Amino acid sequence: MTRPILIKGGRVIDPSRRSDGIADVYLAEGRVASVGHGIVGEDGCQVIDATGKVVAPGLIDLHVHLREPGFEDLETVATGAMAAAAGGFTAVCAMPNTDPPQDNQGTIGFVISQAQKAGKARVYPVGTISLGQKGEKLSEFGELMSAGAVAVSDDGKPIMNSHLMRTALEYAKTFGLPIADHCEEITLAHAGAMHEGIVATRLGLKGIPAAAEEIHVARDIILSELTGGQIHLCHMSTRGSVALIRRAKDMGLNVSAEVTPHHLTLTHHACEGYNTNAKMNPPLREEADVEALQQALKDGTIDVIATDHAPHHYDAKEREFDEAPNGILGLETAFGLAVSQLVRPGLLSLSDLLYRMSTRPAQLFKLPGGSLATNAPADVVILDPDVEWTVDPRAFFSKSRNTPFGGRTVRGRAEVTIVRGRVVHDRAGA
Amino acid sequence: MTKAPALGKDLVGLEHLSAEQIRLILETAEAFKEVSERPIKKVPALRGKTIVNLFFEASTRTRTSFEFAEKRLSADTVNVASSGSSVSKGETLVDTARNLEAMRIDMVVIRHPSSGSAEFLGNRIRSNVINAGDGKHEHPTQGLLDLLTLRDKFGKLEGLKVAICGDVTHSRVARSNIWGLRKLGAQVAVCGPASLVPRDIAALGVEVIPHIDDAIRWADALNVLRLQLERMTSGFIPSLREYNRVFGVTRERLERAQKDLVVMHPGPMNRGVEIDSDVADGPFSVILPQVTNGVAVRMAVLYLLAGGGPDWQHQGGGE
Repeated sequence: MTRPILIKGGRVIDPSRRSDGIADVYLAEGRVASVGHGIVGEDGCQVIDATGKVVAPGLIDLHVHLREPGFEDLETVATGAMAAAAGGFTAVCAMPNTDPPQDNQGTIGFVISQAQKAGKARVYPVGTISLGQKGEKLSEFGELMSAGAVAVSDDGKPIMNSHLMRTALEYAKTFGLPIADHCEEITLAHAGAMHEGIVATRLGLKGIPAAAEEIHVARDIILSELTGGQIHLCHMSTRGSVALIRRAKDMGLNVSAEVTPHHLTLTHHACEGYNTNAKMNPPLREEADVEALQQALKDGTIDVIATDHAPHHYDAKEREFDEAPNGILGLETAFGLAVSQLVRPGLLSLSDLLYRMSTRPAQLFKLPGGSLATNAPADVVILDPDVEWTVDPRAFFSKSRNTPFGGRTVRGRAEVTIVRGRVVHDRAGA
Repeated sequence: MTKAPALGKDLVGLEHLSAEQIRLILETAEAFKEVSERPIKKVPALRGKTIVNLFFEASTRTRTSFEFAEKRLSADTVNVASSGSSVSKGETLVDTARNLEAMRIDMVVIRHPSSGSAEFLGNRIRSNVINAGDGKHEHPTQGLLDLLTLRDKFGKLEGLKVAICGDVTHSRVARSNIWGLRKLGAQVAVCGPASLVPRDIAALGVEVIPHIDDAIRWADALNVLRLQLERMTSGFIPSLREYNRVFGVTRERLERAQKDLVVMHPGPMNRGVEIDSDVADGPFSVILPQVTNGVAVRMAVLYLLAGGGPDWQHQGGGE
């Protein structure tokens, strides 16, 4: 039995109830017991002074790669869940491109049991759309869901077969499962290494045109309209995609979208000097894309920030650009980057940001959390939104170090992370 | 007495060189030309230096040219090709280079199919690195020998109109030519099928001319790029036959222009595809002088990167 926790005197922001003010938060029996003034906890409860800090529902990331089973040298469920907790996340959704892939109950159950053993952030597995992520036969959505999958995706591999995508959207409706798609028309992306533009032209690297993403986004939206299925568009990167999603939402379609902290921060210029830590898929785009994505997050066209946390070994990134793998870490830098890029320049309020990093993700994948209402799960983060710190990859809890943000100074950090009423990360005490 | 090296540690491309540095290389090459005309083609400028030619792609002209340049400067050279080396056993580029460096070498000349590989290597080893062609990025010594050849022919490069014709997208020769020519004041145009010309190439300060006849009319010199067969199989153009009809540099097209053009080609040529034989072998062609100049330019680059000054004839002497 964990001790109750009384968090005193913080600025409590609960986007689920649109509340923002100084209050105490009392957590007992794994639930939010009360939020109010002058709360007195029972004898022996743990008291945390949050004066000058922000108390909020824990952050939720709909898109991470934890690499277990199969690639435990890059990350494990335990190290990923710890990195999440250190970044202020109380729950993450683990993409299924493991080995074996999360296309069966056994693998889903294994990930859940590894997460329980770790006892850090909650880990919700995402099942595959197709068996073996081969894009041919549907996985058993019902079985995956009963084993604990919260969504299905072939992330990393787009579903190129439109018939398969259509039937997946239709079939998933039975279970209310969201379908998350990696949007990339691969015959057009054609083994490109970075965004098609002036930087790729100068560096002599094969480009991936924005159209490769947008064609696929348009198709998914049209299939969503045809089927009424829930489509979640992963890691949007172009202004054209934003325009397509805006139109879909105006039509009232069941479409949601995510954007990563790095696509809100960096452009293709980060690839200069063949920096493999800026190599990702979708690639970093242009200034106008970054601006459109920021605006889309502000007006709600894009629903959530998700990190696409993608650990890779040092060796794998230490090579020729076109041979290096795609992806960067995200969990331990996401909040600091988001505050620095979006809140401090005045684009989003802190409450808006927390809505897009906690409440809205919980709603989309129907997860517990994202709220401090009475009886909500005691998944809480205490944030210092003002503290200035410098990203040091050597200090990461993740097993990997692949980030283009090393040495960057950002504002905003998680101080204490509480999951199921238990402190899983305390920066001061770590 | 050591002074700051005139070119820095590595030569990975012409993009990051100044006009002064490029002129210095061309002047130095001018002086080295004469060595290759001697009965005994050797000077002691790089005596005692060890150079590895690390070729991860097939090459005859460039590898031989570098090797002659090194030998005529009295360097000790070793050739490593990817086939038959530990690279074919899966060794990474950086491991290969670090192992070679552990044998105490001074320079690496690298040819590699990945763009950026020369810069990658230069940032990770102490030896000087010379890019002998990296993917679709740059081929700086080819760019330099093209500049030298044009300067020989026209006396100066300022205001000269050079059209680069063919597969610009996949060409490292095109990029090095664009940077070098622009820095020395030439006007540059590119001409080729739109499927083989990057959409934003104009941002590099070049004009795009869609039709080869217009390019010929505009230009003082053509640099005709090699069209690789795989561009057809991967769907960038329908056929080599049609390419020759629409974009081939033919004698009829040159005669129609009614002016004296200079025609260059980096080789190896596909006769009857991007260039017809009677153009390649004709009076406008400077293709073989390009090859001759290649040795001089590479001697200059090797010498300058090794820290040599303008008085090479009097260095390392005693013989």
